Amino acid sequence: MHEWALAEAILTSAKQVAERECLKEVTEVTVRVGALQQVERPILRFALLQIKDDVFKNAKFRILKAKSTLKCRVCGTSWDYDIKKMGRNAAEAIHFIPEVAHTYVKCPKCGSPDFEIVSGRGVWLENIKGAK
Amino acid sequence: MTLDPRTSVINQRLARTSRIIAVSSGKGGVGKSMVATTLALTLAHNGCKVGLFDLDFTSPSTHIILGAKNVQPKEEKGIVPPTVHGLEYMSLVYFVGDNPAPLRGEDVSNALIELLAVTQWGTLDFLVIDMPPGIGDVILDLVRLIKRIEFLIVTTPSLLAFETVKKQVALLCELKMPIIGVVENMKRDLAEDIEVETGKLGLKYLGEIPFDPQVEGAIGDEEKLLNTAIAKKLKRVSKVIILMEKREP
Repeated sequence: MHEWALAEAILTSAKQVAERECLKEVTEVTVRVGALQQVERPILRFALLQIKDDVFKNAKFRILKAKSTLKCRVCGTSWDYDIKKMGRNAAEAIHFIPEVAHTYVKCPKCGSPDFEIVSGRGVWLENIKGAK
Repeated sequence: MTLDPRTSVINQRLARTSRIIAVSSGKGGVGKSMVATTLALTLAHNGCKVGLFDLDFTSPSTHIILGAKNVQPKEEKGIVPPTVHGLEYMSLVYFVGDNPAPLRGEDVSNALIELLAVTQWGTLDFLVIDMPPGIGDVILDLVRLIKRIEFLIVTTPSLLAFETVKKQVALLCELKMPIIGVVENMKRDLAEDIEVETGKLGLKYLGEIPFDPQVEGAIGDEEKLLNTAIAKKLKRVSKVIILMEKREP
């Protein structure tokens, strides 16, 4: 249930944006979740709906997925993270702290743990719509 | 728009923590982790509620010093650190075990932000942070993200170690961060060079800790740790810190 902590961060951040842009009401929040962290979208949605305050009263929460691409810094190989290839404990550790992928994931070509997380790391806010 | 929401809740996560003390040094190998862990234990023995946070991600060692075994954080609206010898204790080792975590700068920043955003600390008088050596990503991120952090600097009697301390102090002063003072660790003689040099920097010399060959045998054993020369000296330092008013930037 650490999705609750992330939901709280999303709402706090979205509220800051709404205040900065003088929105009286937020009508839509678009969130993208990367495949590396494997955030449970139903739990995240549930948490968002439970925690939201008045400014999000009528807001629609769009939670979209993004694949996670990794790129080896040694041989340049790019590949997509595939949770199915991970053991349960490793996948769970990466779920909490995506950077620990460097402990469990290796480049499929040269075996190096020195890779860049090019995309699809965690959770980010992609768009906020509202009424002034 | 691509916005990282995590940083927005960091100060909220630390709202119930009165003081945050980063045990820091310009150089590795000065006994920073030992000082951080023992300081946390002595503060707790003085009746304070204390957390210990190991931010030396690539070379964590406080779990070994503490003898933290078979403990894991609880998942409850975030991550709740387990209590180890009376300390709320958080470390990356929960997620990597004994395996190496080869992290570059950006990964260190991201892991730090994630842990700060999701860790649910209880009500604490002190959160003691074991910092990685130097003036890299972690120190810059902490200063950026937690405005009320205070620094406790550890050095050895070596002027080589103190040279790196000077750089760290210069950076922290430039960033207007409060420095509690300097602890001189592993002292073998009566030389007063570090005390004099600390005074020249305008900082408080918090005391010397004699080199203690017995300390290796105390690693992993709380009771033995609290009977080391390090602990005896740090008990005094912790009393000074408790009595000290919170240093604002």
